[in-house]
Amino acid sequence: MLLGKVIGTLTPCVVYQGLEGVPMLWIQPLDKAGNPKGEPLVACDPTRMAGPGELIHYEAAREAALLLDPPFVPVDHAIVGIVDELNTEP
Amino acid sequence: MIIGTVKGHIVTTIDHPFYAGRKKLVVEKEDFAGKPTGYIIAIDAGVSAGVGDRVLVLDEGNGARQIVGDKNAPVRSIIVGIIDRVDVVA
Repeated sequence: MLLGKVIGTLTPCVVYQGLEGVPMLWIQPLDKAGNPKGEPLVACDPTRMAGPGELIHYEAAREAALLLDPPFVPVDHAIVGIVDELNTEP
Repeated sequence: MIIGTVKGHIVTTIDHPFYAGRKKLVVEKEDFAGKPTGYIIAIDAGVSAGVGDRVLVLDEGNGARQIVGDKNAPVRSIIVGIIDRVDVVA
């Protein structure tokens, strides 16, 4: 899992079956200190609770699809949860 | 598997039910020479890793799911050992 910040939302009009109603969000990946690092990406939000400005952690690859119900969907990044607190040493 | 050092943890309240009550540790990955190469957030497989520990991280979904004993768990990175010493002959 990696850290990210929600920077926007996305509204698709046609999606593959199983992805209907799943929110899609723009994510800015962050480094371990919480600073932006890398290119923004689109992830779906199985928690349905994340919104712009929030710190989240997300999963990539096959495991991203497993966060969703049904789990056999074409998804490569998904939000796992909303981060309340980030405690890291330099 | 990857060698890394535990640099901290994240606190979440809203996340996938699988992650409820699990320790999510921020691990700084390192290369062959010990140079940092980014980070990952991994859960603990039961080795009780803490901040400052040098750890062994399994970063592969199928193996991680076998360790947690749930074939649908949305997990990929899992701490499977604490390293005492690394010897490199080269």
